[in-house]
Amino acid sequence: MSTVVLLLFTGLGLGALYFLVAAGLSLIYGLMGVLNFAHGAFLTLGAFTGWEIARRTGADSWWTFLLSLLVGAVAGAVFAAFTEFVLIRRLYRRHIEQVLITVGLSLAAVALFDGIWGTDAVFIQGPAWFKETTEILGARIPNDRFICIIAAVLVLLALVFFLKNTRYGMIIRAGVENRSMVTALGIDVRKAFTLVFTIGGAAAGLGGVLASHYFGYVSPLLGGSLLIFAFIVTVIGGLGSLTGAAIAAVAVAVLQQFANFYLGGTGDFVVVLALALVLLFRPSGLLGRTS
Amino acid sequence: MTTETDATDTQETPDKTPDPAGSPRRRAVNDGGRPPLHLTRGRMVGAAAGIAGIVLLILLPLLNLSLPGVLPGPTYTPGSLQLLAMCMLMAAAALTYHLLLGVAGLLSFGHALYFGAGVYGLGIILQNLDIPLLPAMGLTLLVVIVLAHVVGSISLRVSGIPFAMVTLAFAQAGSVVVGRNPEGATGGDEGLTLRTDNLPDFLVGVVNTRNLYWLALAVLVAVFIIVTWVQSSRAGHVAAAVRENELRVRVLGLQPYLVKLLIFVVSAVLVSIIGMVFLLLQSGAVPRAVSADLTITLLVMVVLGGVGSRWGAVIGGVFYTILDQRLTALANSDAIDALPDVLRVPLSEPLFILGTLFILVVLFLPGGLTGTAQRLAQRRSRRGADRVQKSREILEEAA
Amino acid sequence: MTATAQAGPILRIEGLNAHIAGQQVVEDVSFTVPATGITALLGRNGVGKTSTIKAIIGLIDRSGLVELDGVRVEKEPTYKIIRSGVGYVPEDREVFSKLTVAENLRLAERDAAPRRQLVEELFPDLLARSGQMAGTLSGGQQQMVSLARALLNTNKILLVDEPTKGLAPKIVAEVAETLAEAAKTVPILLVEQNLQVVRQLAAGAVVLSGGKVVHTGNALEFLDDDGLTQRLLGVSTEAVSHEASPHAEARHAAASQEKGAAL
Repeated sequence: MSTVVLLLFTGLGLGALYFLVAAGLSLIYGLMGVLNFAHGAFLTLGAFTGWEIARRTGADSWWTFLLSLLVGAVAGAVFAAFTEFVLIRRLYRRHIEQVLITVGLSLAAVALFDGIWGTDAVFIQGPAWFKETTEILGARIPNDRFICIIAAVLVLLALVFFLKNTRYGMIIRAGVENRSMVTALGIDVRKAFTLVFTIGGAAAGLGGVLASHYFGYVSPLLGGSLLIFAFIVTVIGGLGSLTGAAIAAVAVAVLQQFANFYLGGTGDFVVVLALALVLLFRPSGLLGRTS
Repeated sequence: MTTETDATDTQETPDKTPDPAGSPRRRAVNDGGRPPLHLTRGRMVGAAAGIAGIVLLILLPLLNLSLPGVLPGPTYTPGSLQLLAMCMLMAAAALTYHLLLGVAGLLSFGHALYFGAGVYGLGIILQNLDIPLLPAMGLTLLVVIVLAHVVGSISLRVSGIPFAMVTLAFAQAGSVVVGRNPEGATGGDEGLTLRTDNLPDFLVGVVNTRNLYWLALAVLVAVFIIVTWVQSSRAGHVAAAVRENELRVRVLGLQPYLVKLLIFVVSAVLVSIIGMVFLLLQSGAVPRAVSADLTITLLVMVVLGGVGSRWGAVIGGVFYTILDQRLTALANSDAIDALPDVLRVPLSEPLFILGTLFILVVLFLPGGLTGTAQRLAQRRSRRGADRVQKSREILEEAA
Repeated sequence: MTATAQAGPILRIEGLNAHIAGQQVVEDVSFTVPATGITALLGRNGVGKTSTIKAIIGLIDRSGLVELDGVRVEKEPTYKIIRSGVGYVPEDREVFSKLTVAENLRLAERDAAPRRQLVEELFPDLLARSGQMAGTLSGGQQQMVSLARALLNTNKILLVDEPTKGLAPKIVAEVAETLAEAAKTVPILLVEQNLQVVRQLAAGAVVLSGGKVVHTGNALEFLDDDGLTQRLLGVSTEAVSHEASPHAEARHAAASQEKGAAL
């Protein structure tokens, strides 16, 4: 029993990270039709800037941790906004070229991170509480899992509130459904493009700081490895669906943890297998548009 | 058969040049968009130049030519031959990617899976079974054919960007297996050293680099011929027609799914053979051979050279490989080391420069190197512009 | 032609060409829409009527001249053309199915003082259903949402694309009535398959065939010329008699729907 609970919470913590990456990916794809390969780089930048903050201001205080979350999110957001505004926007309506740009950007960015911070993983420390455990139903859960879960839930709630209750949220929901009709109502949908990139970048940057605590290190490849699972999550959840991304993130991560433990480290395969099954029986994903 | 001519017509419709004499089959050989009037003469000149070029390439290991700044030494030295052989294999691999993207309009992010299957499949078989090279290659090929059918038939249920994501996921699973090193088969991060016991002597050792060079050259020529043949075959026409207008092809009663699957499998098989030769050339397998980075490298080569052009893929492959090698040499040079950090850090990362170059090409040189070269060489003719237009259309249709 | 602000046409199209995926769908189309009344854009299915409308507001790639109220707009992006005073009611309504009715309407408001009152009077049904997801509405109600989105703002012209397509005869009459009411204050370019509705509403007619303009003139004169309509629209207007009894109208509406479905 305690093993199941431990696996469940570890899976939820990992699912929280997947969600923070997949939320932005899914919104960007839903609204703009762009598969953003640079999203992992937003995350990695967030993780490194968060680490720089922690390194400079004493790693074990809660204030430092909260500051690093904020700075990581801002770094991701700025990088993402720059990407949309300077590179993506020039190729309006040319989706594949936009994807190619993000591919080139992720190559260049990861190489630059290599150059600045080195190729080896740097280990990271948070508040001492992170290393302690909390007992739930007999299972000793590492506390950093809870932080990831709480942060992801807060981000999900904030995003849902934003999408439901603001004019730009409404524009984004409408644009995911039918972008050209939004422009045909006299709305400059490109502002919404910059906005989803910025929001997605902030979520990824935040995810980067949390991921560095979850895994205990930062490396230039951190974003890339999470990105691939985030891709799987967005496809399974249904491209463009935020709720779908949240459900799929948890399902994928929990499945992965259980398979890793009970099926001899086959978590990654089981996930790809799940992807294949979803594609065979429901190509548009769990909550995707059926068109 | 009516369907065949219909499909051919569909492919040829955008090409509005009058063509009184050419049969569909003859026009087919023509690589799209070129006025057929240039066809006979242009093709003869091209073929003659091609043969002359191949003869020169065959003779290269016997000559003492130096290309300072491009090759590390004279052409007969193993170092230079190794680099040239690598250029050829990468050009051939880029050609197989061209088959996916340029011909069938499939933006795959999982091509490395089949390259890696060739590299690791052959490596593992040679390691564990006492059979000669050719049967070992045959066995590997069998595995790849099955793998490509399974992955292809599932991935092709979606198209466009979702297809890209799904192929990436499958390739990643392959990459994970290699990293996990199941039962010590793949060597994990360290990779696998080629066991040479059952290899023919003429393929082993640095002194025989030129034999491997000739093998790589043969592979490139063969792949070029096969890709050309596939492109001009009925399947190639249907694929191109599907790329432009899938619905119309369906209405004609053809099966776009099967044609795409066929091209997917052919491309996978070819790149796995290239992977096997890569294993021989490198005397070992490294995890990079099955990573998403490799697929992205192939994509970058094709886009650099010019999407939709066979020569573009070849030129992109060679250009990228040499540039990568030169930039790595540059990164370790004293000149870079002496620079201030702001310049030294980016310039000592070859991938940073290549990635930036790639972004600039996508932004400012649609049609890649070949498209731009043609535009510059023939300002008055519309050919260069056609090339650019065609590249753009292919990318649009892949979406 | 001298296009002065008062006497000239509200919309002038000259040499309009448009492409979708490399295929030409509108070829050298030129016509004008007068500043009052309803002008019908007619033609068989697939001749490029919808593409012409979309090309005018830049929803598809196009070249040529588009002049709105004496100002050239063909270089502007879609949202700016719309903001300069165009109301667009697309084919198939295109309401946002996962947004509520109220949200669909709020999204369309672009004037400082949108005419909510007018819309509520015209479509009391929508007020009652304002919290409902637009995707769960009937076809007729969705068309009301789509029309309401355009009527909320003050426009120089309305572009209305097949507003009666697939609707029940009673709803068709309601839509036609709404358009007639709207036309009192704003000129309309109307694409419509239901010739009875055209007869009822339109003053002028522009007829397309194969992506080109083949006829322009008075709508009624065109519809009364049986040979011409037979040739250009492929339908006989004889069946549609001049008496406009509700039954005849209903029969015709049903027939034209069938035709639409069959084609």
